[in-house]
Amino acid sequence: MSDVSLVVNGRKVSGTVEDRTLLVHFLRENLGLTGTHVGCDTSQCGACVVHVDGKAVKSCTMLAVQASGSTVTTIEGLANGTDLHPVQAAFKENHGLQCGFCTPGMIMTSVDMIARHPEGLDEATVRHELEGNICRCTGYHNIVKAVLAASKTMAKGSKGRAKAAA
Amino acid sequence: MGVEGIGARVARKEDRRFVTGAGRYVDDMVVPGMKHAAFVRSPYAHADVKKIDVKAAEAMPGVIAVLTGKQLKGDGIGNLICGWMIHSKDGTPMKMGAWSPLAVDRVRYVGDAVAIVVAETKGQARDAAEAVEVTYREKKAVVDPARALAKGAPQLHPEAEGNLIYDWEIGDGKAVDAAIASAAHVTRLHIVNNRLVPNAIEPRAALGHYDKAEDHFTCWTTSQNPHVARLVMSAFYNVAPENKLRVIAPDVGGGFGSKIFIYPEEIVCLWASKRTGVPVKWVADRTESFMTDAHGRDHVTEVEMAFDKDNRITALKVDTIANFGAYMSLFSSSVPTYLYATLLSGQYNIPAIHANVRAVYTNTSPVDAYRGAGRPEATYVLERTMETAARELGVSPAELRRKNFVTQFPHQTPVIMAYDAGDYAASLDAAMKAADYAGFSERKKAAAKKGKLRGIGMSCYIEACGIAPSAAVGSLGAGVGLWESAEVRVNAVGTIEVLTGSHSHGQGHETTFAQLVAQRLSVPLDTVSIVHGDTDKVQMGMGTYGSRSGAVGMSAVFKALDKVEAKAKKIAAHLMEADEADIVIENGELKVAGTDKKLPWFQVALASYTAHNLPAGMEPGLKETAFYDPSNFTFPAGCYICEVEIDPDTGVTEIVQFVAADDFGNIINPMIVEGQVHGGIAQGIGQALLEGCRYDPASGQLVTASYMDYTMPRADDLPSFKVSTSNTPCPSNPLGIKGCGEAGAIGSPPAVINAVTDAIGDNDLTMPATPLKVWTALKAATRH
Repeated sequence: MSDVSLVVNGRKVSGTVEDRTLLVHFLRENLGLTGTHVGCDTSQCGACVVHVDGKAVKSCTMLAVQASGSTVTTIEGLANGTDLHPVQAAFKENHGLQCGFCTPGMIMTSVDMIARHPEGLDEATVRHELEGNICRCTGYHNIVKAVLAASKTMAKGSKGRAKAAA
Repeated sequence: MGVEGIGARVARKEDRRFVTGAGRYVDDMVVPGMKHAAFVRSPYAHADVKKIDVKAAEAMPGVIAVLTGKQLKGDGIGNLICGWMIHSKDGTPMKMGAWSPLAVDRVRYVGDAVAIVVAETKGQARDAAEAVEVTYREKKAVVDPARALAKGAPQLHPEAEGNLIYDWEIGDGKAVDAAIASAAHVTRLHIVNNRLVPNAIEPRAALGHYDKAEDHFTCWTTSQNPHVARLVMSAFYNVAPENKLRVIAPDVGGGFGSKIFIYPEEIVCLWASKRTGVPVKWVADRTESFMTDAHGRDHVTEVEMAFDKDNRITALKVDTIANFGAYMSLFSSSVPTYLYATLLSGQYNIPAIHANVRAVYTNTSPVDAYRGAGRPEATYVLERTMETAARELGVSPAELRRKNFVTQFPHQTPVIMAYDAGDYAASLDAAMKAADYAGFSERKKAAAKKGKLRGIGMSCYIEACGIAPSAAVGSLGAGVGLWESAEVRVNAVGTIEVLTGSHSHGQGHETTFAQLVAQRLSVPLDTVSIVHGDTDKVQMGMGTYGSRSGAVGMSAVFKALDKVEAKAKKIAAHLMEADEADIVIENGELKVAGTDKKLPWFQVALASYTAHNLPAGMEPGLKETAFYDPSNFTFPAGCYICEVEIDPDTGVTEIVQFVAADDFGNIINPMIVEGQVHGGIAQGIGQALLEGCRYDPASGQLVTASYMDYTMPRADDLPSFKVSTSNTPCPSNPLGIKGCGEAGAIGSPPAVINAVTDAIGDNDLTMPATPLKVWTALKAATRH
């Protein structure tokens, strides 16, 4: 057994886990953060993507002990109170989800993708970067649309903020 | 109310919980005292079980119990059944082999469960499952259905001699043979419809909870039809009487058919909960899903299509072998018969049709309905044959189809179906226009300059949805009725709850059903809640599959709304001292037409519950139930066009354009309908280019058992789609809805393969058309 201690969605948490415990199981079972999903056993589907120290990570590829000391954001920590994050809002507005099971991972991957492409995104880049997230419902059409829309919204938002700061 | 009612592109009400991670799936459920289960599964495709030694496993840390099939049988739990009776052409009933939820003395496919381990944690349950010592005596296995029919093949079930479940036929064989003999041209094809694994991203899961104090069971399960699950588990599997069994299907992460059926695991979890005294949860891992979810398709077909000298179809002859896997799943028997052969007329006038279908046991996972269920197989047979015929006859594929279209309605086909409405030429024209079909030859030339092979292919599909009426399907062998029920409750404060037997696992019922209510009662969408997926809350239901929730489920709501509206008008007329016929519903109010008298909904609702001043003899309350049984199937149809570019050096196919023009009848929410089409097309393209479930022919091992081995369509495999609709309302239900859930998966595979074969100039190509197959075909062509 090992002790782990990390910050999840801004809250300090700790626990004692079996050494083999994956980060995703620690989040779901120890912390009750069931928004992060498990869709496969081979780190292919991406339903479990969270942010670890600001980067998108498949939380089934990481042991809980490896994440000890890190700062983790899950889908539950993305919205600002009742205000949805622009990517969450874009998925809703563009019908970028159906059954909702892959959605948390899709959104966490997309937030990371948009952050890494401040210059903006095109359809080919979005499709390429979503390769590690599988959706069986939407055919990706509206997911791609949602990511592109969110990217635009966030670019406007950051320009707006930059102007205000200036 | 136009912004929220029928036809409005309303964003989904359910999305907030999904985008914030607040969805509640079975694996998210926690019950006090809950423990975890793992199943011990056969590593062999076919073997006798000689001995199961559980001692070592029982001694492992955290283990509560290890239970086997003998104990299950000892407690009287029944075998799984197939609920649709098919008779062979010799009049004998289908041959159903016994399927015990835990195998007792024989295993018949890799993944067949033999024991369940219940332990404190999931890890401990899995560790102990590894420690259960099962002594098997391996037998020869057979995975290919044609081989399973051959003499000397390994035999799976004593009940089914020669592994033959049924040998069924439909249509007039003599008329077909005569037409073929006198035809001006006959197109013949050998067609394989590849086996697929449905792969909902949420793996199957079950949580069984036996409450000793109440002698009552609760089952949380990943189901598309919780009421049917309760009915079947109660009536056939002897788990518990219906009044002692509650089945809850909460948020369910996709189904595509695979979550219609009742599987061994939910039965065993419920039984194990009673045996152990603790709630028992099991969640499949992805490899278990690959091994044990019901697979789809897997047909081998010989087809002959006869034409006269004017290129009109005179007959169609089809001979199909359908692989059923090791056991007959719940609705398996209906898929290659009444959901397949009855659709073989397609969009065409075909005077004579004959189909023969043999259903066969093999040592593979059970096969049942997967998105489209029989209709994709029928469409693939027809549309590959039409395209091939056009090439052989040297005519335009579009014009050959157009010449043979059904244009008069109603139209009785030679294979049961009576098409009620449609405009197939409208869909064809819309698709050809959207695809700029006329400009294809220029694009082909431009592609050739880049060293690419460009091809175009089309597919004109028809399907039958909203399978009904119940009496008709009963006469065809169905063990259930195919109606739907609804209850509409107008609460005393004027808010509304709709209880439906339909189940949403991605379809957006919480929005579309509410749109119908908002339209009818002229109330804001936010005041309407949809309740589904719980047998203790919802009266009864048949669930969601076969694109039936709009056509059948919403029609039941419509019927209940008729009753609510009639009663509300009576109350309003009484309260306002007006004539009932003068009451109109507008802007959330009941008004006396032509006057300024009006009452808001909540006042009428409140009056119905206070019951202080109701019309004489009227019962209090404003809550109505309806059961709706359709008078006919519905017939969505459309035309899909696919355009591809192939790199001859690598064999890689890129879909450069995909156009869908559908006729779904009336549409409640176009945004949701488009989403259904997108998803269906992706699955169809997956079948055509990427997906193929493979068993090793010698050992019967499943070699595609993970996402590393089975190619799921990913974002960079697909283009954005051009979708449109041109709709003819369905005459057989009050909303004019035909259904849209499966069309994409039905219409797309032949369009893709027609395009690929057009590009490479070789018609002999099986799905999935992987780069290796395409490259090999191109190499063979250059050698000729």
